[in-house]
Amino acid sequence: MEPSAEAGREQPLLEARNISKYFGSITALDGVNFYLTRGEVLGVVGDNGAGKSTLMKILSGLYAPSAGEIIFEGKPVRFSSPRHARDVGIEMVYQDLALAGNLAIHENIYLGREPGSRLLGLTVVDQRRSRQMATDHLDSLKIEVKSVDQNVEDLSGGQQQAVAIARATAFHARVVIMDEPTAALAVAEVGKVLDLIRGLRDRGVGVILISHRMDDIFYVCDRVMALFHGRNFADAPLKDTTRNEVIGWVMGTKGHTEVLAHDQVR
Amino acid sequence: MTKFAEVTIEKGSGIGRFVERYGIIGVVVAMMVFLYAMEPQYFLTLQNLTNILKQIAMNALLAIGMFMVILTAGIDLSVGSILALAMMSLAILDKAGWPWEIVILVGPLVGLACGVVNGLGLTMLRLPHPFIMTLGTLNAFRGLTNLISGARPLSGLSEPIRFLGSAQIPIPGLGQFGAIPVSAIVLLIAYGGIGWFVRRAAIGRHIYAVGGNPQAARVSGINVNRILLLVYAMSGFFAGLSALLLAGRTDSGFPNAGLGAELDAIAAVIIGGASFFGGRGTVLGVFAGVLIMGLLRNGLNLMNVSVFWQQLLIGLIIILAVYVDVLRRRAAVRT
Repeated sequence: MEPSAEAGREQPLLEARNISKYFGSITALDGVNFYLTRGEVLGVVGDNGAGKSTLMKILSGLYAPSAGEIIFEGKPVRFSSPRHARDVGIEMVYQDLALAGNLAIHENIYLGREPGSRLLGLTVVDQRRSRQMATDHLDSLKIEVKSVDQNVEDLSGGQQQAVAIARATAFHARVVIMDEPTAALAVAEVGKVLDLIRGLRDRGVGVILISHRMDDIFYVCDRVMALFHGRNFADAPLKDTTRNEVIGWVMGTKGHTEVLAHDQVR
Repeated sequence: MTKFAEVTIEKGSGIGRFVERYGIIGVVVAMMVFLYAMEPQYFLTLQNLTNILKQIAMNALLAIGMFMVILTAGIDLSVGSILALAMMSLAILDKAGWPWEIVILVGPLVGLACGVVNGLGLTMLRLPHPFIMTLGTLNAFRGLTNLISGARPLSGLSEPIRFLGSAQIPIPGLGQFGAIPVSAIVLLIAYGGIGWFVRRAAIGRHIYAVGGNPQAARVSGINVNRILLLVYAMSGFFAGLSALLLAGRTDSGFPNAGLGAELDAIAAVIIGGASFFGGRGTVLGVFAGVLIMGLLRNGLNLMNVSVFWQQLLIGLIIILAVYVDVLRRRAAVRT
């Protein structure tokens, strides 16, 4: 089912039309269409090099598309930097977390956007407010930490991922893009991060989840979209597809069935 | 509540944390007690204490600048040469009869300019490591110093120029040596100011962030190059200020000033517990590091121990200080 064929759906929160991206002679994306609605968790799948990360970097303002347009809440937008994308409410949780381990949890959450007052051209951080805001925000996400003063390097992988998500949602995020958020986690912590994603959806945030793990996709996503060789390959609500079919999309085959599955147990 | 597995690393109890944070002050106190026991008639005299304060001033200022550079996981090898260039610049202009109001600014401003050169070279030329850029300017600034001065020292500076480095404010009722050196007040202001800056100002926290994870800083919207420029500029500024104090104390400018001083500054920062890999360290620690080196030199002088032994001991202390840190970290991971 092509996105354009889907008529009568509500106005997307974020939409990309005909996005192409060239790196020299290499075509990373070729006329890709994309949409995300409010409170939707969209799984994006595809093999390495399919163009997932490039698309996400375009949506989060890190790359400018070579062609095509991005529409946010019905208006065309053109991001000059990740900061710009962030200002309109598109946040990215990076695969390598992008946290400063030597700083406290609350400092990481507000890094670069510290609450405080101006003095002689300097921003003086209001530590008490930063702590309070961080505590309230973590509470609202139902993330439990001992103290927001703990350094991030002293946390477990799952807690760090939770802090990274808290950071992404600290300022009215409308869209949160997550690149393999569970790849580095202990099994026991994966479920908690996925629950956190559900919590974001319940708050009306649109979540884009890039993952190789079918378990994650099928636990938390509403819809799944596949890219193959830089093009749209497939797109379906989760209830209309199966694990095996999605695995087939990743490999570039449609109509992938139980019989063809390489990992089936006979 | 979303509960994550409790694999949190305990940083120890309140006492442990207290020792971690202030233990180094204990080392300083222990050294002072030891020196007092060894040299009761000299060590605690006002004259000797003010002497120590004057002697450490130069290294203390270089070290506070170096500290900020090391916080970003960088290094500034050029501070000794910047000190010499700033010192000769101000001495030459003073001898040429320029008004003191201008000459007194020349030291810090030359230092600042040199620091900006370091910062711009590092960020704009994209050299692989600050070691390279500052190794280059270590030589270049020293060469420039010798060129502008003809490699000749100058002595006999004007009174206002000597003020910061040599003046003392007498404390009533403490006799001939009961006075606070003005250089100690300069140190107090510099350390207090930087201590506040790195803990309270957003930019100060960004310096730690750049040292901890430059990638995280970048995606947080922090201009990493601007932070790097800032720390090298400040390191240069403090080297220039240090030049002004040294010129005042010695009433001269000499082109060999600050030879090897960068290594003393690095040693003080490392002994003070800052991490060479960036993102870790406190101003209090740096001050303790400076004091430990100063007390060691002073004490060994009082005991008539040769400077060769001083070198040997300082070398061992650097290794010991970092080893203690390694042990502490390993212990923290185990629990």
